[in-house]
Amino acid sequence: MATQTPVSAVVDQTTHTAPRRLWLEVLHEWVTTVDHKKIGLMYIAYALIFLVIAGFEAILMRIQLALPNNHFVSPQVFNRLFTMHGTTMVFFVGMPILFGFGNYLIPLMIGARDMAFPRLNAFSFWISAFGGTLLYFSYLGGDGLYGAGSAPDVGWWAYAPLTAHAFSPGHSTDYWTLSVLLSGVGTIGTALNIVATTISMRCPGMKLNRMPLLVWIYLVTSMLVFVAVSPLTAAQIMLMLDRYLGSHFFDTQAGGSAVLWMHFFWIFGHPEVYVLVLPAFAFANEIIPVFSRKAIFGYPAMVAATVGIGFISLSVWAHHMFTVGLGPGANTFFVLATMVIGVPTGIKIFNWLATMWGGKIHFTASMMFAIAFLFQFLIAGLTGIILSAAPLDWQLGNSYFVVAHFHFVLVGAILFMLFSAFYYWYPKMTGRMLSERLGKWHFWIFLIGFHLTFDLMHIPGILGMPRRIYTYEADRGWTLLNMLVSTGAFIQTVGTLIFVFNMVWSYFRGAIAGADPWDAWTLEWSTASPPPAYNFATIPSVASRRPLWDLKHPEDPDSNYE
Amino acid sequence: MLFDPVWRDLAIQIIGGQSIVGLDQSPTSMLTPAGTPAQSVLGLSMLVLGITTGIFLVVGGLLFFVLVRFRHRPSDVNAAQEPPQIYGSNQIELSWTVIPVLIVVMLFLATARVVYSTEHAPKPEAALDVTVIGHQFWWEYRYPKLGIVTANELHVPVSDPKHPTPTYLTMSSADTDHSYWVPKLAGKMDLIPNKVNTMWIDPGTAGIYLGQCAQYCGTQHAKMLIRVYADTPEQFAAWVAHQKQPAEQDAAAAEGRAVFERNACISCHSIAGTVATGHFGPDLTHLASRDTFASGSVPMTESNLRTFVDNPAHYKPGVLMPPMHLNDHDLDAVTAYLVTLK
Repeated sequence: MATQTPVSAVVDQTTHTAPRRLWLEVLHEWVTTVDHKKIGLMYIAYALIFLVIAGFEAILMRIQLALPNNHFVSPQVFNRLFTMHGTTMVFFVGMPILFGFGNYLIPLMIGARDMAFPRLNAFSFWISAFGGTLLYFSYLGGDGLYGAGSAPDVGWWAYAPLTAHAFSPGHSTDYWTLSVLLSGVGTIGTALNIVATTISMRCPGMKLNRMPLLVWIYLVTSMLVFVAVSPLTAAQIMLMLDRYLGSHFFDTQAGGSAVLWMHFFWIFGHPEVYVLVLPAFAFANEIIPVFSRKAIFGYPAMVAATVGIGFISLSVWAHHMFTVGLGPGANTFFVLATMVIGVPTGIKIFNWLATMWGGKIHFTASMMFAIAFLFQFLIAGLTGIILSAAPLDWQLGNSYFVVAHFHFVLVGAILFMLFSAFYYWYPKMTGRMLSERLGKWHFWIFLIGFHLTFDLMHIPGILGMPRRIYTYEADRGWTLLNMLVSTGAFIQTVGTLIFVFNMVWSYFRGAIAGADPWDAWTLEWSTASPPPAYNFATIPSVASRRPLWDLKHPEDPDSNYE
Repeated sequence: MLFDPVWRDLAIQIIGGQSIVGLDQSPTSMLTPAGTPAQSVLGLSMLVLGITTGIFLVVGGLLFFVLVRFRHRPSDVNAAQEPPQIYGSNQIELSWTVIPVLIVVMLFLATARVVYSTEHAPKPEAALDVTVIGHQFWWEYRYPKLGIVTANELHVPVSDPKHPTPTYLTMSSADTDHSYWVPKLAGKMDLIPNKVNTMWIDPGTAGIYLGQCAQYCGTQHAKMLIRVYADTPEQFAAWVAHQKQPAEQDAAAAEGRAVFERNACISCHSIAGTVATGHFGPDLTHLASRDTFASGSVPMTESNLRTFVDNPAHYKPGVLMPPMHLNDHDLDAVTAYLVTLK
């Protein structure tokens, strides 16, 4: 408590009225920037563009599947659509948008002026952006010498030996491999940067156990990226060696192993799920307390649960392989590991509930999305338990039940929490509030569409509908369900369009936000909105997990209790 | 448009509420098992579903209660005041750690039992052996002890629980990964090149059980359908006796046979007792004894066969059989020959 600089003293109150510049000057500034906030915003914008593209691909697939034996798209086109949809959503929407928020928020929340390695930061962004561009360039360049294929059509797991030259002539698979490889390089660069920043750039007084939970989770996520993305990168290089230099790692026609690719892919693929969902938890840890007007319940337990999830998630990958024939010994091990991960996840849900317990819950658009996140993540976790029991996976694995389950995680939990984060931090990023009225329309319409689509999507899986089929027989009892699922997809599109409109409209017409519109407690709210290039005029110093609470309640600061 | 069969089918489903109410009417529903492995999965499903529903009700109910009870009320006298700050409690954290651990232990033990009882089931003496080989995009079935090779329609005997005659499937793949899934009989098992997997089925009642490939295997993954015929012992014996015969030699179809044998057909297809000994495509010795062709996706009629031979991609875009560019006369002749292959 001794030598604390009050945060009020460091809030930069200068109004910034930059002179009008030529658009080329503006463009030059954005392309050459190494500022973590600009890079963060570019990550987010880039991810939103790909979100629209991959969402459009989903809509095309849902039109095709609305009716049995439909001829809206050909099987070849459909197979490219689900491959591109999956690859885009995971590597070029999920990762960049989460790293975008991380890039923007972490230095602000730990009272730093930038990331530890600003140039590496810019490099990581541009290499990832190049990867995404390359993936879509395959539509033009994928024909290759043989005139076969255009965009990749091997599924986003790209299981061997479908990727071998014998089954995938032309260059579509090469575009897939290279773009994923590049995205991996960018991801590792950013993860490295986040670890270095959190370890070495925290402001005076911010010990590890005073870091906002968001920063803690990004630290664990980044560690997970090191372990998970490296094998994926190695596997991509091995695949390229197979395709071009005649090696036979995965080429089963020459004695290679299809199962080896599965292990490589899922030792990446399952931790990747946590790489994507942990940042959603991170947002919830910041947003739920502020709109409940209470400190997070059980901070040390939340940190422990995060670290626990990080470790356990490295030992569950073969639950994607229950039908591969690994034998009962391996199967039961991965059943246990997968079920155990439910325990730290459950701890998080209970802690969020306890945070809301006894609070005063404000139903802002941001909080409504966060509550829907909680509810849907609960369901996603429970269907996860269902799928973790290997025998149930023998029936439901690779069926629409699984598709519904992981969309509950990716849309119901992660995307809802991202929307929540947009409503919460958009004022900080732009200086303007998003419209609450449009936000509530967005929330209810998207919620209805989401549940129509993904609640019902479980049932065709129970009735035997496998994933990745471009059409199905009329006599299977799947028709009405698929029609309703497709209808829900259109309702979600309407909700998303409202959100896009809200972002654009509010940028010009939204209410002025001010430094701290939510009466929040972490350091990013102690500087102007949007923050100046240097973030803080003087580096703040903190004495607790909620420095702005201490400032607003000098009679009863958190530092008395920690 | 409105009278398109697809729309009519949909209208019937909506009016009848078929796919919502009659979940058990789907021919591929895991909820109406017809064999031991599928039955034991359903039993475990009900346990897991019960536990997860319980958790959902408790936690979801708590969430609902919290939202109503602790909502911000602007009309309160102390609405502007912050609520009491509570930072945590080790006792409470411990309780919501230990209880889930206990649930996990119970679920795990129940699951492990089903895993071992299915994957380590002792194989009865009377079991039938069938080798299943996955191809892009069809199924090859070999009965090594009976000397039968066939495709796409698997015939197995019904298994009486008192004298079980299950069928053990030994599985591998000739090209990419596939997965064998007949939900009413058993969970799925993958067919992977350079790897041999096994699974077993024991249909309790005679009938046709449907399924399809459940691992994306290329362009026509969607129409790689499975048909399992569970025959009574008499039916099965008759089927075996018939399949062991060489192909029918119908003099009336001699011209079609000549067309078949002088074209590339014989490089990929086998017809026992003729010069056709190819192995790349399905065995056609008793083609016309099947109800369907093109991996269960097209009914076996003469006109359908003619369309398929003329342009296989008509029914299955991406199929590996090329169009043979036969003239109409040859096409008629070869179709007439194929339908004699009873």
